[in-house]
Amino acid sequence: MIDSLQQAFIEETKELLAELEITLLAVEDAPTDSELIAKLFRALHTIKGSSSMFGFDDIALFTHDIETAYDLIRNGKLGVTKHIIDLTLLARDEISNMLVNTGSHTNINEENTKKIIESFREIVSGYNKTEKKQTKDAVELQSSSNNKSSEKHHHFHIRFIPGKDLFLTGTNPLMLIDELREMGSMVLSAHFDKTPDFIMLNPEECYCYWNIFLKTTKTLDDLQDVFIFVADNSELTFENISNEIPKDFEIDFTKLQNIISQNAQNNTNDFRSILKEYFSVQKQEMQSEINAPKKQAQASNGHSEADSVSSIRVSSEKLDELVNLVGELVTIQATLSQVAISNNNNDMISISEEVERITWSLRDSALNIRMLPIGSTFSKFKRLVRDLSNELGKEVELSTDGAATELDKTVIEKLNDPLIHIIRNSIDHGVEAPEERIRVGKSSMGKVHLSASQSGGNVLIKIIDDGAGLNKEAIREKAIKSGIISETTEMNDTELYSLIFAPGFSTAKKVTSVSGRGVGMDVVRRAIEGLRGSVQVSSELGKGTVITLKLPLTLAIIDGLLVKIESDHYVLPLSSIEECIELSEEDIKKAHGRHIVNIRGKIIPYISLREIFSIKTNRPKIEQVVIAKINNHQVGFVVDQVFGQHQTVLKSLGKYYKNVEGISGATILGDGTVALILDINKLTENEEIIENNF
Amino acid sequence: MPKTIMTVDDSASVRQMVAYTLREAGYDVVEACDGVDALAKIDSATYNLVITDLNMPRMDGITLIKELRIKPKIRFTPILMLTTESQSEKKMEGKSAGATGWIVKPFKPEQLVTVVKKVIG
Repeated sequence: MIDSLQQAFIEETKELLAELEITLLAVEDAPTDSELIAKLFRALHTIKGSSSMFGFDDIALFTHDIETAYDLIRNGKLGVTKHIIDLTLLARDEISNMLVNTGSHTNINEENTKKIIESFREIVSGYNKTEKKQTKDAVELQSSSNNKSSEKHHHFHIRFIPGKDLFLTGTNPLMLIDELREMGSMVLSAHFDKTPDFIMLNPEECYCYWNIFLKTTKTLDDLQDVFIFVADNSELTFENISNEIPKDFEIDFTKLQNIISQNAQNNTNDFRSILKEYFSVQKQEMQSEINAPKKQAQASNGHSEADSVSSIRVSSEKLDELVNLVGELVTIQATLSQVAISNNNNDMISISEEVERITWSLRDSALNIRMLPIGSTFSKFKRLVRDLSNELGKEVELSTDGAATELDKTVIEKLNDPLIHIIRNSIDHGVEAPEERIRVGKSSMGKVHLSASQSGGNVLIKIIDDGAGLNKEAIREKAIKSGIISETTEMNDTELYSLIFAPGFSTAKKVTSVSGRGVGMDVVRRAIEGLRGSVQVSSELGKGTVITLKLPLTLAIIDGLLVKIESDHYVLPLSSIEECIELSEEDIKKAHGRHIVNIRGKIIPYISLREIFSIKTNRPKIEQVVIAKINNHQVGFVVDQVFGQHQTVLKSLGKYYKNVEGISGATILGDGTVALILDINKLTENEEIIENNF
Repeated sequence: MPKTIMTVDDSASVRQMVAYTLREAGYDVVEACDGVDALAKIDSATYNLVITDLNMPRMDGITLIKELRIKPKIRFTPILMLTTESQSEKKMEGKSAGATGWIVKPFKPEQLVTVVKKVIG
């Protein structure tokens, strides 16, 4: 229980820290944007507030002075400087460290935190000194304006569903409601629909819950403070619905309470919709007297508020579970269709078609839920680019487009590290130092551009820099030196460029802290291939480099090629397959037993899946070779029969078989049989190892 | 009739400060110096609230809370624990043992009264 709460806190704080970073970088560009600054303050305040609640007192303590500084900034008493932003970014990193290193303080650099706190204290005390010099008039003016702002009314819809064990902690929920009542005017509705039948009723448990509408001058923090002792085992939502309330409208609380009491006895939705209806009717009445343009503005305001509350947070396991279940449903539905057709029952066929239609749209929407815009990942790199260019003494500007392009959540998560590697490489090797850039006639500011776009079932992510470009000669030389190719190997540009992804390859003249250890790009390619994607490089010397990542939209379904060996079905990923050809006994004889085929004059090695899976029965007279492209090389896979394209829901093999090499998962076919999904990269790798050993 | 509060703390100074503040605020206060003492005195009156320290000799606060929660008379009585900032994990432990809430030490008298009012009015 405690662990899961802490975990929730850590997750939430990580998100806040990410938001903090993005906002900080945005503030750097717009130092006077009060909304952004308010956002910064809120993030810091929340971090400070909740961290002490969850046992991260060091974070609370550390954040306190930073929060003080931002309080001054928020109130316009201090200006934002680069120094402050730098410090806050450092502080953000420290908080992130503290979050990871709970309990033991081993990895926390106490000197760093001390320095940061002292710097913030200096900033704050610097202000306090000038503050004293201010004239009395100014102070008075300020306090009067403060009063005014605090008089602003907020309207909250509060939903309080106490945990069943509320009474056992000695809490009287009515005290909490009374406390709220003292904060302003309120309308209340108590709900008893969760109360079980008398025979099941446990008088020690709390079944009642409340919906509250409160008009108050207090802030959300104040409201949350009321529930501080019960927050961790109650369901609590606070929704600021001020936008729904017509301006200058005097709410008649007695009347509203009557309406609520009569109509909203049963559930939350009623309460909320009654409020909505009540205010929108009032609004219409008032607005019919006001001119049209103003009305429009208000309507759009209300809309954005509604947008912000119309999303809910769901754990990704629940989504996985949903996708999994939908996968099962798709399978069952396929069986149903088959049965319906084979029974030749027209009524059943029409029903099964209906089920099919719904199942497929259900599958599409379930998969769609897992899709996230890639923008959040992109914005993380702003910080990376800023830090890297500072470190390397280069001037680099990061621009992005296509941030709204959506990708599966898992893909996005796994994309983070490869992208970091590529961007590091672009800045370190690609973009030249400012003097060098000026010498070759470029502007001193280098450019790195990230772009994302959708193309069919794939998403293309491009990392474009306007740096020196790849030096073909240097790559070739280096590859020969490290024994990756021989001096006589002939290669086209694409093949040559793809050498930078070979293990142990690095052309950098010296090893910097950023890159040059020759492990980076190798890891990138493997990570991308792990996502069933591919990497491509194009470059022009002196002009720059473009690295293109091609990724599947989702990992949950796979476009495959369904094949059969003996009586077993297998699926090969369609994305890497080029063509299928026949392999006759004669062809095998011609090759003198070696596993090669001749396709239009090109010799291509193949792997006999029959041999790999030790299927001992006789092979058919004519087999099929599926030609796939792996790491820019063509490899064939020999099977008995090719059925064609097959879109399937990917299922894991479970705990015991997940480490079986060469099999990436399984899928259930329409008739209920299982087909294994082959990991052709791994199969090829294993085969190469065996060959090299002989 | 004034509400009765039991304050449990091994530090006499803290206990007295709590007792004094609450008496000033119009409550009746009974003092106990640790968990064992508190359990011995708990049946002598009807309490509206128990405020207990966590680190105490003989019987600590968490154990006391658990003991109190199985007594039918105290089962639904609010219990507040006194914690320090560095004891947040204790805060959680106390909550799951059945504490109603917490007061963070060091606190000012008026803060104490605010929290007590919040819990028992």
